[in-house]
Amino acid sequence: MQVPILKQGAYLIATVQSALTDEDLKQLRDTLVLQVSKVRARGVIVDVTALDVIDSFATRTLRDVAYMIRLRGAETVIVGIQPEVAFSMVKLGLTLEGVATSLDLEEGLAYLNRKGNAHAQEVRTHR
Amino acid sequence: MPTLRRSGLIADEVRVSIGCDSDIVSARQKGRELASQCGFPSTDTAVVATAISELARNIVRYAVRGEIILRLVQNNGKRGIEVVAADDGPGIADIGMAMQDGYSTSGGLGLGLPGTRRLMDDFEITSDYGKGTTITVRRWRR
Repeated sequence: MQVPILKQGAYLIATVQSALTDEDLKQLRDTLVLQVSKVRARGVIVDVTALDVIDSFATRTLRDVAYMIRLRGAETVIVGIQPEVAFSMVKLGLTLEGVATSLDLEEGLAYLNRKGNAHAQEVRTHR
Repeated sequence: MPTLRRSGLIADEVRVSIGCDSDIVSARQKGRELASQCGFPSTDTAVVATAISELARNIVRYAVRGEIILRLVQNNGKRGIEVVAADDGPGIADIGMAMQDGYSTSGGLGLGLPGTRRLMDDFEITSDYGKGTTITVRRWRR
């Protein structure tokens, strides 16, 4: 099951549509890391609203996506973690430490916009 | 703690053979279906599906193949779901270590077994080094 990735302005949006196997998750990670520089994206949103399970492997892979993309100079935000998924993750001991999360796509875009503005401000003051 | 023998089976069991990545997904989907049939609220079905995912992945990662058996069970009028993860893989050398958070022999997060124990109400593990592992977990309806 491939995850469609759309480009919207300076951002890439990957919307998970159904359950993903480990192989699908790895493919999503690799594609995003390549795409982010190819299209010179400033931010990446991974929408996991459709996922009914985020287990240890999925958590590790999402975390890796965020870290790798940060190393490529862009920001990642994971959006749409469902309440029962969040409950199971915490019980299992999974935290997505150091990874930005937002309630939904709209909040995720707002987060990336704020990050972008802060970055622009920083560039101006350093001039 | 109720034992396997005292927990009565109240429905046909569902067996899912585990041998690759996509079997992990189908095992947890079958578990989710069974849990919602049993009347579990959505938080519990997610918990059960997550536990199945961890157990099935351990089979693929360490034993290559095995089986997940799902059963609706009851004990003293309480209904629940039982998940048995069985394989005849290499077994676990040190169960005590394997149950510790952050311990992994495969480069994983090391949360699979201790996390599954936290997710479920009952957790039993038997492993013969060289002969395989059987893990039985149950979650009871509140």
